[in-house]
Amino acid sequence: MSAAAEIVFDRVSKRYPGREEHALHGLSLAIPAGTFCVLVGPSGGGKTTALRLVNRLIDFDEGDIRIDGRSVRDLPPVELRRGIGYVIQQVGLFPHMTVGDNVATVPRLLGWQKARVRTRVAELLELVGLDPGDAGRYPAQLSGGQRQRVGLARALAADPPLLLMDEPFGALDPITRARLQQELRRLHREVAKTVVFVTHDVDEAITMGDRIAILREGGTLAQYDTPDAILAHPADAFVEEFIGEDRALRRLALHRVGDVALEPHGGGASRDGLPLVSASSTVRNAVSLMLQTGADRVAVGRDDGSPAGVLTLEHATELLRP
Amino acid sequence: MTAAGPVIPEFGKGSACVTGDHVFCWDWVRDHWDDTLQPSLVDHVELTLIAVAVGFAIAFALALLAHRVPGVGQPVGVAAALIYTIPSLAIFQILVPFFGLSTTTVEIPLVGYSLVMLYPNILAGLQAATPEVLEAARAMGLERRQVLLRVELPLAVPAIVGGLRLAVVSTVSIATIAAFLGEQGLGYPIFQALKQPTPFKTEIYAAGALVVALALACDLVLVAARRLLVPWARAGS
Repeated sequence: MSAAAEIVFDRVSKRYPGREEHALHGLSLAIPAGTFCVLVGPSGGGKTTALRLVNRLIDFDEGDIRIDGRSVRDLPPVELRRGIGYVIQQVGLFPHMTVGDNVATVPRLLGWQKARVRTRVAELLELVGLDPGDAGRYPAQLSGGQRQRVGLARALAADPPLLLMDEPFGALDPITRARLQQELRRLHREVAKTVVFVTHDVDEAITMGDRIAILREGGTLAQYDTPDAILAHPADAFVEEFIGEDRALRRLALHRVGDVALEPHGGGASRDGLPLVSASSTVRNAVSLMLQTGADRVAVGRDDGSPAGVLTLEHATELLRP
Repeated sequence: MTAAGPVIPEFGKGSACVTGDHVFCWDWVRDHWDDTLQPSLVDHVELTLIAVAVGFAIAFALALLAHRVPGVGQPVGVAAALIYTIPSLAIFQILVPFFGLSTTTVEIPLVGYSLVMLYPNILAGLQAATPEVLEAARAMGLERRQVLLRVELPLAVPAIVGGLRLAVVSTVSIATIAAFLGEQGLGYPIFQALKQPTPFKTEIYAAGALVVALALACDLVLVAARRLLVPWARAGS
């Protein structure tokens, strides 16, 4: 498993020919190796531009982008791109190639031996939750979710230290999207790569990101921090509006009930008639259940069914305290 | 029993069917397969193959150029369409002073027509790759040439085969007029039969049927080739 790469935007500006406004204006951003960084913001904020500058699908006008200290301009674009995974919303699978051949694209460009490519393809299909038997199918035979899984496997094929993702789940139905988000988080823990992920969806940014960079119109950085810090202390009115007035609830969604220091149970095995939530559920969901049932506390049960304790409304308030 | 001798059937010496010029005489076809029909068929296949092969080479080069260089596509397309409006007999008239009653004179318009049918299809094929597919290819580090060879060309195959089917079938049909200029193709026995005091029906029908059969056979071969070359197009649904 190759190491993750640190990536630094250093006062990067880009203006498209014939446009008055900058697409990106003086963006400085340091993404530590192994971080899942989400670029989020309204359209016109330059998120996609920032992403495409990294693998030089477009070129910046000013500043520099460095991967592990090395400018992206130091390498021929073709070589640079073979070392960076890239996933887009429309996936862009090659319709004339089987799933296996799609995934094998970059390893073959890099001249890997046949046997190594075959092993790697099987390994990747399993990693992204596909059946190795799917290797012989064509993209037209897959569902949207399956195609995006193949797109992800293809991007990871040569084990790049950096993965760029441009609204990869934007075209999927909510259920498939939630499942893939969850799996991508799991995958990120397993493969430890730096991920730069573009979305316009605040919820997705909060769910996915270790860090979030919020860009505003004109391509300037509004705030760059952890989801919790942004929700707790939005830098300005723009960020506050962008993340929504229910940011307290969004913050609660970042915490699992099981991670809170719960009160012990009242006594015995009984739950005293309290509503029950699972320890793996979010505090936001627990509070929602309190509002729904009119209770100010809920019983928490572990996955095996044993009682874990009681979560109260004060617990939630405590979590929101600065 | 093969009757060697002149290609024109000798009415007095044929069977009752032939001398009576009935609608269709199998015995004439049997007797004259070797000396008339088969050589004309082989000749016809040759005329067609050369026309389509040369037309394909030129059309492919032009389509590649139009695909790579913006602004070339339209003028070439218009020029090609203009060629198509010129009647082939008129082209023969223009070319005979230069090339005589030769195969070259016949092939030039045939090549022109097949080119006209192939060019737009090849160009459309080269443009069949969607922007997302091209972006993905570029982002994975494929060079321009690799994008063409591994992505654009394979995706162009269905449209190219479609163009070839059109070009082959119409060239097989148009090639019959080569007989205006000499003993070429399946048009020749037809013209010979028409020159008789009373046109000899069997020869016209037999040669005509061979033209149709040849066109159908070529089309079938191309359909089969498409199935082999484009397994992914059947994978949908």
